[in-house]
Amino acid sequence: MLLFIARRVGVMLLTALCLTLIVFSLVNLKPNLVKLAKEQTGARVTEQQVEFWLDQNGYNRPLVVRYGEWLAGVAQGDMGHSTRFNAPVNEVLWPRLWLTAKLMFWVMVVMVPGALLLGVLAGMREGSRQDRVLSTIAIGTTSTPEYVSGVVLTIIFASQMVGLQWFSGSATSAADDGITFYNFTLPVLTIAIYGMGYIARMTRASMAEVMTQQYIRTARLKGVSFHAIVVKHALRNALIAPFTVIMLQFPWLLTGVVIVETLFNYRGFGWLLIEAAGNNDIDLLLACSIVAVVIVLTTQLISDIGYVYLNPRIRVGG
Amino acid sequence: MELAYLGPWAVLGGVLRAFLPVWIAMAAILGTSFALRRRLGLYGHLFASGIGVVGLALVLFWLLAAIFADQVALFDPYAQIRALQNKSPGVIDPASGLPYLFGGDALGRDVFGRMVYGSRSVMVIAPLATLFAYMVGITLGLPAGYFGGWLDTALSFLANLVLAFPVILLFYLLVTPEIRQTAIPSTMAAVLFLFPVLFMVVFFWSRFRERPEALWWYLGPTLAIGGFVYLGLVGFWDPTGLIAMDANTLNIFLAVVFISSPTVFRIVRGLTLDIKTRDYVAAAQTRGERPWYVMMWEILPNARGPLIVDACLRIGYTTILLGTLGFFGLGVSPESPDWGSTINEGRKLLRIYVHPALPPALAIMSLVLGLNLLADAMREQSMKD
Repeated sequence: MLLFIARRVGVMLLTALCLTLIVFSLVNLKPNLVKLAKEQTGARVTEQQVEFWLDQNGYNRPLVVRYGEWLAGVAQGDMGHSTRFNAPVNEVLWPRLWLTAKLMFWVMVVMVPGALLLGVLAGMREGSRQDRVLSTIAIGTTSTPEYVSGVVLTIIFASQMVGLQWFSGSATSAADDGITFYNFTLPVLTIAIYGMGYIARMTRASMAEVMTQQYIRTARLKGVSFHAIVVKHALRNALIAPFTVIMLQFPWLLTGVVIVETLFNYRGFGWLLIEAAGNNDIDLLLACSIVAVVIVLTTQLISDIGYVYLNPRIRVGG
Repeated sequence: MELAYLGPWAVLGGVLRAFLPVWIAMAAILGTSFALRRRLGLYGHLFASGIGVVGLALVLFWLLAAIFADQVALFDPYAQIRALQNKSPGVIDPASGLPYLFGGDALGRDVFGRMVYGSRSVMVIAPLATLFAYMVGITLGLPAGYFGGWLDTALSFLANLVLAFPVILLFYLLVTPEIRQTAIPSTMAAVLFLFPVLFMVVFFWSRFRERPEALWWYLGPTLAIGGFVYLGLVGFWDPTGLIAMDANTLNIFLAVVFISSPTVFRIVRGLTLDIKTRDYVAAAQTRGERPWYVMMWEILPNARGPLIVDACLRIGYTTILLGTLGFFGLGVSPESPDWGSTINEGRKLLRIYVHPALPPALAIMSLVLGLNLLADAMREQSMKD
């Protein structure tokens, strides 16, 4: 097991290195640098002035040297300087990430139990009317990307036209004054809906498979009630597969976070990513991508280890 | 000036009437298919399930809307009529006497017409990008699963590398005006578009290797058409102007193919690993067939069921990706009627004017729902066999 984890961590580090190198070279493409130089010095500059600025700030040195420097900086905890906010990246990044972490926490709180319930209820009687209705609902939610559900939910619950105005169509106040039902319901629901269907379908498939197993039949034949079979015998075995799926949802959720933070004007990590990309803020964009990549790889690692740990039938060599 | 409005029922009637060519074509296609369903294989089996018919109808609806967009839309999607800015659904244009069925947007354009025309780019790019991603994924996934070893390790590492990239970050890095000034898009195009030609050549070569007269019969047209399309897409030479995409579209197309192909690779690799242990593969190996023959003519046809189902889901997912790109204004021209950017424009005034953002949002949802239902019904029907 230890060897397995060590090998996984090794591959993960290699992947992270490759990914950051790719991002680094893409961000530092010549046209991007020229754009940055023009933004920093004023739009009406000649080509010589642009070159001079790039030379002066060290942007014209070989890519590998600069990548090495950047990597050494990151290893020491120095993420560089944000040109968009004119502050160290460390000061800009972490508070925003914390805001997004809060959003993600509530998304998970809503999404995971909802999805598991949907999946278990559908999968425990495969092929029944209940199954078909719930499965179709699950397909419906996977067909509703965030920019669709966000718009529809805002129209229903926050627009003057429908007039309900139960919730706020903007989550800006959640960042400053704290989270309330009024300002946070719509963003959380918007992300949760899209992810829910997928987890629910995986849970359903897993549950349906478990329900056909021999030990379920045995339990049924010895007269255990259906309720007890589902809760005591099937549920635990059926929840192994969804665990992996839930962990692998994180990279998907990142896109959702960016969309929702734009849609509801919540200034977290997703908003920061867009600001960095839009303003060609090299250090900040690199920092954002490293955070994103670390999140994705860590969740993959946890899902791999968790899957092995939860499922006694898998024994990894070593 | 006082503007005249249609009532809600008149709007509904107008919409139904505008889609008349679509209804007629849809009835013809569904009717013929239903009559011939026993001879149409998996496609015919779809008519046995209600969900399958609903999914098929939704997909057909948008496909036909894209084809008949010129007949369905009452106005040019780019034309702006100032008097009709932000007007509610059913408002009548005083000049032509025709209604803006779903109202006018912030620039006074016809929301209904833009929704109909928006289906065009989706209906071209999403299936084509999926097809290309499949060619790449199959050409690399088959040998990775079949041979294993270092080839598998290397290709899987590459695939996982791309999959570990958050989609949104990749979009922001790959679909920018700046990147179009570099050689990256054309290099990517040159590499990615090589795979379909490569796939077809290997496909025929592995089967007709020892029968040159038949081989050239297949290979000749493949190389001619494939080479022509390749040259057109990569942008060296295209006298007809049929194939070349503008830089924006090509950029989007490449990004979507690039993101989809690793997933396809993983699916194909997994299926190959599974199928390669079957008896008929062992039989082919025993009678001395070459590896590529076994892969292309024994394994691939037997993997088609799951691949078709996944292709359906993948077209839906690509539609969502295209919407995401449009939503962030990446790679689309600001005037473009595509659904994602229309939603993005409409959402800015959402709390006051609801009507510009809602139609494209529901359009995306219904198309993706159709594709997902179709995939689900196909999976169910293919399991019954």
